[in-house]
Amino acid sequence: MSAALIDATATDPPGAPRARMMLARARWAATAFAAFDRERTRRIVEAVAEAAYQNAERFATEAVEETGMGVVEHKRRKNEACSRGIVERYDVGAYVDARIDAEAKIVAVPKPAGVVLALTPSTNPIATVYFKVILALMTRNAVVVSPHPLARRVSTDAVRVLADAAVAAGAPDGCLQVVEEPTIPLIEALMADRGVDVIVATGGTAVVRAAYRSGNPSLGVGPGNVPALVDATADVAKAASCLADSKAFDNSILCTNESVAIVEERVADALSRELERHGAHVLGEEEAGRVRAALYPDGRINTALAGKDAAALAAAAEIRVPKGTRVLVAPFPLIVPEEPLALEKLFPLLGLVRVPDAARGIEAARALLRIGGAGHSAVIHSRDPRTILAYGAAVGVLRVSVNAPGSTGGSGLDTNLAPTMTVGTGFFGRSSLTENLQPKHLTQWTRLAYDSDPAEPFGDFAGLEPWSVRAEPAPVVAPPSRDGGDLTRDDLRRLILDELRELVRS
Amino acid sequence: MYDYDFFSFDSKADFLRRSEEFWNPDKTRFWQDAGVDLVIDRREGYLFWDMAGRRLIDMHLNGGTYNLGHRNPELIAVLEQAMGRFDIGNHHFPALARTALAEALVATCTPNMRRVIYGSGGGEAIDIAIKTARHTRRRRKIVSIRKGYHGHTGLAVATGDDRFSTLFLSDRPDEFVQVPFNDLDAMEAALRGGDVAGVVIETIPATYGFPLPDPGYLRSVKQLSERHGALYIADEVQTGLMRTGEMWGVAKAGIEPDIMVVGKGITGGMYPIACAVVSEECSAWLKEDGFGHISTGGGAELGCIVALKVLEICGRPEVRSMVHYIADRFRSGLSAVQELYPDWLVGIRQDGVVMGLEFDHPQGAKLVMRRLYENGVWAIFSTLDPRVLQFKPGLLLGPDLVDEILDRTAVAIGQALGDAAAAPREAAVA
Repeated sequence: MSAALIDATATDPPGAPRARMMLARARWAATAFAAFDRERTRRIVEAVAEAAYQNAERFATEAVEETGMGVVEHKRRKNEACSRGIVERYDVGAYVDARIDAEAKIVAVPKPAGVVLALTPSTNPIATVYFKVILALMTRNAVVVSPHPLARRVSTDAVRVLADAAVAAGAPDGCLQVVEEPTIPLIEALMADRGVDVIVATGGTAVVRAAYRSGNPSLGVGPGNVPALVDATADVAKAASCLADSKAFDNSILCTNESVAIVEERVADALSRELERHGAHVLGEEEAGRVRAALYPDGRINTALAGKDAAALAAAAEIRVPKGTRVLVAPFPLIVPEEPLALEKLFPLLGLVRVPDAARGIEAARALLRIGGAGHSAVIHSRDPRTILAYGAAVGVLRVSVNAPGSTGGSGLDTNLAPTMTVGTGFFGRSSLTENLQPKHLTQWTRLAYDSDPAEPFGDFAGLEPWSVRAEPAPVVAPPSRDGGDLTRDDLRRLILDELRELVRS
Repeated sequence: MYDYDFFSFDSKADFLRRSEEFWNPDKTRFWQDAGVDLVIDRREGYLFWDMAGRRLIDMHLNGGTYNLGHRNPELIAVLEQAMGRFDIGNHHFPALARTALAEALVATCTPNMRRVIYGSGGGEAIDIAIKTARHTRRRRKIVSIRKGYHGHTGLAVATGDDRFSTLFLSDRPDEFVQVPFNDLDAMEAALRGGDVAGVVIETIPATYGFPLPDPGYLRSVKQLSERHGALYIADEVQTGLMRTGEMWGVAKAGIEPDIMVVGKGITGGMYPIACAVVSEECSAWLKEDGFGHISTGGGAELGCIVALKVLEICGRPEVRSMVHYIADRFRSGLSAVQELYPDWLVGIRQDGVVMGLEFDHPQGAKLVMRRLYENGVWAIFSTLDPRVLQFKPGLLLGPDLVDEILDRTAVAIGQALGDAAAAPREAAVA
């Protein structure tokens, strides 16, 4: 038991006291929320998802304006997938209702994590805010969102819209808050605060490592660097279309986008031709050199170009590309650490490496993942289950999109993986999260386990529901903050009525 | 050996002996006799530790002084920073921090409030309010509530219980009239003569055990004051600063006071000052003779800087939200205790985190106080109505500590019921 609720230190960065107070408020909200039943929870989740969906386009536009990254239309699609899409995918009851296993004589009662600190990125700011907020609410958690400073404005607006919708639908006051002036020292201070039950960290390696260092439980992700093997059995036309669409999708800002196409020699020319048909421009050797120099100066990714379109990349490299080019394809000979084109791509540039056969292709994919992207994602285009399985067995990633685009495949938008904006990279990728983040990851279960001796009968729990067997707490809604000086007559009348009501109650 | 760096005592007994010898024999003895052998040592948040090491949860808060917790880290940081540049200032000159706080404080008040006059404690601020009312209305008489409490300074003490005024021959019944709380007829009778300068009234009388004003009572008092030419002086020392869930209890009650007195919690127990906030009309003497009330420590600039931070913290939406949660949890938790002991815990008075627990015994709150103390909670009986325990949670409590308080309270109330059966209903316990 801590003496001081607010865990401040003498060296607190600016904004920390206020932000810690948000955690304290969230604690109260989480305490109230934890006793909500399925219907109350569902009402809130649906209202929030609907508000999110209705604003998908608006926030997509504002996100592109503020960050200069990505494509409005694609961000809208992600926002829709991460609002209504999530609600359609999951059943709130699964995270609220008790599970009764008469066979095992175990009753499992779901409990929320409590207070979730959600770090959201600049790359997919709104989709990630939507996603984490809805997951948290679905599992009856309070959530404090700390947006990336580069997407601060739009993220803050989005959280406010969702918070208003949540409270209007009966959510506990303060269950959804946002850090309005995020800075790195502030985020680090919050991550280490005892008022946080779990950090869900999406962002750069530095912030994810800081989350794991914080001493609080964390669900973090690592960077991607996605190999895409195209073997000789692949439907080359479809593979090319998937690759081009995936790379063009939101200008490759999803970390599940392909980094390097590893193509069996026999189909490489055909694939290149097909790629060009789908709006890719395959670079010549000199062009590829310029692109390498401009996009990876000093051998490191030029983050100023992240999420920019192909025309912007071409302009930066001072090369001419056909009008309508969506993707630049840079052939290079060998995947080795000193090759910049083997690094992660957060823009519509695709490396292309030719291999003599599928076995060499698998080795090349492994080489790419040694450079980066461990535990993240891979892609394969093949019709040979043996190759597909061998690939899956060999690569140190936790999801492989098969004959599907990487961007929207790994993130579950175009596969039946859990749709997500938080891709767990597992132990390969120094994460405790080994799959796409789902509501279950923010839930924990109390298991009531009977004596296994058959002589001990299992209780009859039929019709009992954990959140109705105890008194339902009255919803607490704080009236909006207001200066005493602005009291209108109506305010006063309302306050007097409130007071009368209180008197009657006590 | 208890070494506190600045001083030391051989033992707790040694300390208590010296306390009687050099400080206050009766007060020191009183608590020993009451079964509360408390000597507050370390303090942090809503906890403090007796010098013998026992941990206690503070539900007294010195009347809201520790609203934001003991040694609130934000207030410590502000005070430390302020000491790099400021001290208490000079009471004769225009002062930076006094002016800054005055402007910020006025902004939180009802729209008719204009200026701030500073004292060093709540009693002095009440004296200022009374002097201001007398100057404004050119009348001498002051009406207050019987069992009300406004401090112990020269004028304030005369508004309060006889016990404290007669002791020092400071009762002045010709100038200070007292009427029962929630009695509008008595109030009107006191005002009808048209010779009253001001009515001074706590929004919820603390030392009287927080009896809640009847619906409309305070507004009627305000109307009666207006009708008979008296000013309304709101004592917000214990009901201000979000304790009722709004910044000022009097504003929540729908009243624009002519003068509002603020103390205790305004500086979070770090560097005391108190304030009388006044309307334009009540500012007259400040224009006529601004040296009319002089106070060297009044509005000490270090205190003003702390107060600015207190106002900022209290104004945060997070605090407003938490106060409502805390009040709600106590309401439901104490109601459950009342269901256990309906004939013992006979009343729960509550407005936000201002609470009084009423017991069916003339000294009931003293019995409960003692049992609470044994069970690790410090809450004080109401001096002027010992049936009622003042139960004053802080604004920043978390759910764990609230639940812990409720657990301990339920046990203590149960134990005290047994004590009550044995205690004579007539005699004082302490």
